[in-house]
Formats: sequence, C-alpha cells, structure tokens
Amino acid sequence: MNPPQSTVKPKQLDVERIRADFPILKMDIGGKPLVYLDNAASSQMPQQVIDRLVRYRSTQHANIHRAVHTLSEVATAAYEEARRKLARFINAREEREVIFTSGTTEAINLVMHGFGRKFIGAGDEIILSTLEHHSNIVPWQMLAEEKGATIRVVPIDNSGELQSGAYEALFNPRTKFVAVTHVSNALGSINPVKQMIAHAHARGVPVLLDGAQAAPHLAIDVQDLGCDFYAFSGHKLCGPTGIGILYGKAAILESMQPFKGGGDMILSVTFEKTVYNAIPHKFEAGTPPIAAAIGLGAAVDYLSAIGMDAIAAHEQHLLDYATAELARLAGVSIIGTAANKAAVLSFVIAGVHPHDVGTLLNQDGVAVRTGHHCAQPVMQRFGLPATSRASFAFYNTTAEVDALVAGIRNVQKVFT
Amino acid sequence: MHWWPGFAMFRRFSHESQRLMADPKALYQEVILDHNRKPRNFGRLDHASHRAEGHNPLCGDHLSLALNVEGDSVAGITFEGESCAICKASASMMTVAVKGKTRQDAQQLIDEFRAMATGELDCGSAPHHLGRLTVFAGMRDLPTRVKCAILPWHTLHAALNSVASTSTESNDDPMNAPIGNA
Ligand SMILES: Cc1ncc(COP(=O)(O)O)c(C=O)c1O
Repeated sequence: MNPPQSTVKPKQLDVERIRADFPILKMDIGGKPLVYLDNAASSQMPQQVIDRLVRYRSTQHANIHRAVHTLSEVATAAYEEARRKLARFINAREEREVIFTSGTTEAINLVMHGFGRKFIGAGDEIILSTLEHHSNIVPWQMLAEEKGATIRVVPIDNSGELQSGAYEALFNPRTKFVAVTHVSNALGSINPVKQMIAHAHARGVPVLLDGAQAAPHLAIDVQDLGCDFYAFSGHKLCGPTGIGILYGKAAILESMQPFKGGGDMILSVTFEKTVYNAIPHKFEAGTPPIAAAIGLGAAVDYLSAIGMDAIAAHEQHLLDYATAELARLAGVSIIGTAANKAAVLSFVIAGVHPHDVGTLLNQDGVAVRTGHHCAQPVMQRFGLPATSRASFAFYNTTAEVDALVAGIRNVQKVFT
Repeated sequence: MHWWPGFAMFRRFSHESQRLMADPKALYQEVILDHNRKPRNFGRLDHASHRAEGHNPLCGDHLSLALNVEGDSVAGITFEGESCAICKASASMMTVAVKGKTRQDAQQLIDEFRAMATGELDCGSAPHHLGRLTVFAGMRDLPTRVKCAILPWHTLHAALNSVASTSTESNDDPMNAPIGNA
C-alpha cells in the first residue's frame, strides 16, 4: 500500500457547504443518516443540477435542430451549449468531437459498430484488459465473433495493476484496436493510460479509454492523453441517467460509419440515396435526451467550479484514511492495492459473504455495492465470487468512513 | 392470477416500499446464523439419483444439490457450494425439511416456501407446513435478497424434475423471481 502522496495541496474543500447542495444526503435510511458510499455505481445530484432540469422542463422544452420557433431555438442552444461545456471539461479540441450517447455502454457500442465493424476484420486482434467492466468486453466479443477477430487480454498483478510489459508484448502486426479502462470500477486502479496510448500509437493502433470511473474523479485532458476515443456516463458525474458522451478525434469520427439510422443524422433522404449529416449529428439519430444533456452540462459546471484537482485531493485523503482504518480490522482484506488508485475500496470480510455484508451495512444506513461489479474477470483473477465495495465522492467525509468501519465491526459481531 | 408470475410480488414491493426498511437484523436470526456456520447435509452424495446445479449469476451464489430418491421418497439429500448466509442456511434447512419426505410433500414445501418468500403466503394467517422455515418470512421485505433464499428450492425443483442446471435468471422457469439485482 502506498502512503498518501500529496505534494502541493490544492484548495481545501468546504465539504459541509458542498453537502448542503445535495438534498438526498439529508435522508435517513431506516432511522439512520444515509452514508452514501456507492458513488462508483451512481453519484448524487446537487440542487444546481436539479434546478437546471426543472428550468429546462418548465420553461425551455421543445425538440431541437428542427423548428424555427423560439422554444426550439432556446432548447437547441442549451443542448449545444451543454456539448460545449463537455468539450471544455475534457479539453477536446473541437465541440463536434463530443457525441451525446445514453451512457458509457452506448458510447462503446457506437465505436464497436461505427469503427470496429468497418475497420476490424478476420484475424485482427483487439486488446482489452482484465480490469474491464463488462460493457467494455461484451461489445468487442460480439465484434470478434462476427468478424473472426481475436481478443487479447492484458493481465494484472496481485495488487490489481496492469502489467505493462505484458501489454506491450501483446502487440503484433494484427493488432487493430486497444480498449482499456482508465480507472477500474472494481478495484480503483488508475491505469498508466498515457504510456499505453503512446505505445499503441507508435504502432498505428487507435485506443479507446473507458472513462466511466475516471471522469468523476480526475481532471481529464483528452488532448494530453492522446486517446482516440473517451467514453463516460453522466450519472456517475452528479448528472442525470440516460446521458453520457463519446469523445472521438474528428478525423476518426468522420471516417466511421453511422451507428443508428434515423432523423437528425441525415442531410437528405431519398429512397435511392441518403446523405449523412456531419459529426457529431451523424451519430445522434433521433431526438436525444435533451434535458439530460443540459443537466450533464450543469453537472460539469458544478464540478468545475469546485475544481477537479481539489476533488481528486479530497477523495485521495478519504481513500488513504479508509484504507488505513480497514487495514486495522482483523479479518478484513482490501482487494486492489495498486499504487495509483481512485477512491474505490473493495474488501472482503473473512467468513462473511459480501451480500450479507451489504444487507447488514444498509441497516446502519451505509450504502455500499456488493457483487461482482460487472467485472467478473477481475473477481476470477482474485478467486472471489464477489466483494463489497465502498466508493467515495467529494461530498463524503472521514466521519462517514468511521460509520463504515463501525458497520463492518457490527457485521463481524453478528457473524461471530 | 396475473399473466406475469411475479406480479403479486412486484405489486407488493412497489406499494410497500416503506417496508423495505424493515430491520434485517431480524433476518439474521440465530437459527440462520447457526445453519450458516454448521450447514447440515453439506457435502457429496455418492450414487445420487438426481442432481442439479443452481446459480444466481447476479451475486455469484452457486449450489450443487444431490438427491437419492428411493421409490417415492427423498431418502438422501446433500448440497455443496459457495453462497451467502441466507442461501446457505436456506439450503441447509431445506435438506433437513425434505429428507425422508415424499416427492409430493417436497414439492408442496417448495411451493409454500416460494409463496412465503415472495409475500404471497402469509404464514401468520394461512395454513402451511413450513415449520421453522418461517424464519425466512422476512425475505419478502428484502427484494434484492429474495433470490438468495429461494435458490436452493429452485434447485430442488429442478433436481426433482430432472433439470440439470437452473438459474435465478432463466426466463422459462416459473420459480424465477422477477426483480432484484446485484
Ligand atoms: C468502468 C465502467 N465502465 C462502464 C460502465 C457502464 O456505464 P453505464 O452503465 O452508465 O453505461 C461502468 C458503470 O458501471 C463502469 O464503472
């Protein structure tokens, strides 16, 4: 385990003030104050985002990119403004490189269909890692099956770190694509993606990063990373469900075939020939989740105002504290001890199944995730059916870590 | 009966969400903890006449059930596998309950247990044969855990009907509970 590595301290978060923005954090669960530690599954929404959704729905709603009436223009402007905010949030070169999707899963499927089905063929190889969420495995398996391509998997070591030597050794002239997670949802490992991308690019291989767990916790700069695609979900970023983005480099997006056909993604349609619209609209068929996109825009405004560096620093502090506290508990093992970790703490309690842990912690108001976290290859790697996972957000406190620790002691008491 | 077998349970959960906050400590009663610690009839059964595997892919619970049916009677029954305390205790108590029973009586227990766990059978008012198995009645207030308690019974149903493998997520099985996720 690594000691905290704070060098220059970014500005301290006023966590109590931040918590006041989140109505749900005032809730009781069965008479106990809610201790929400399932942020890697979905994080909570501040009043600012809720208010933005209400404002859109009560004063701005209309379909976009269509009519000339005022509401449609207002809605279109708000939707495109949200795209601009997202582009700025990840430092995309151009707004049209940001495609609204329903979430990370759809973003990855878009790349599989739009890029994979066009450019990957029989005998080609796709590199994934052991740490992938099922949503970054299954689409590629479907593609491999359809095309006769092969999936190669980067192994991890016992701490949950990707083995970079093994990654580099997987490359050969048939390697056509790399799809890896930026941060592991099951273990929290932050992967050395910048070096991985550089290695792939030196061989002409494009790279997709699954940023579902990274975007909420780290400042993302897609130009600095150099990735060809970056995907994440709004609901893990204090935004609504049903929205996410796919960032793609403009030239690659332009070379791809559309994913879904329908309205908005075309310039002209006759039964003889249909001309597709330009990016990003080419990939946004049909009426998009307009409110959700605008809500996500408000969420990134909210996060940016706090500052992603300050968020990352506070979460690192929580992780270090929680790691130290859990390490002191006999019978509790932390799964995933990579040197570079996001605020995800997977653990098992000797003799107690994670599902029983989850049910009993809930009794104390503590919400954690239990199960395989949609990352069964990770569980198999550690020979576990499941773990319990506490995942922290910037609005969590060390007092909440204490509640988790007390809850774990209770579980152990029940099961002695 | 509604066309969807889980309708009654769905309706119950959606209308009584307040009850989801019920005290789960009541669930982890000593009898359940005891069967979890010292599961009865745990292990292999040589020369079994019926076997089935039960899986709950959502939480990773896995159970192998072996039966020795002699004539019309469940003469022997054992289970193995890895699962949460609720599932293991349910399996252990199930083996105790059905051992020596006729196939018909075992099937009746399966039906009653399922009805109790999904809230369709109120053990306080309706007649039943569940005995100590009523410690699982609280499951009906924990929709995400119902499947853990039902899995062994689900698997017993499969074994008695010579289905080799069953899953809480298979759509063709009427035992399938409709909600709950990991
Ligand atoms: C690493 C990772 N990738 C992808 C996903 C899928 O995200 P969504 O379900 O929002 O599409 C998740 C969410 O659980 C995740 O943690």
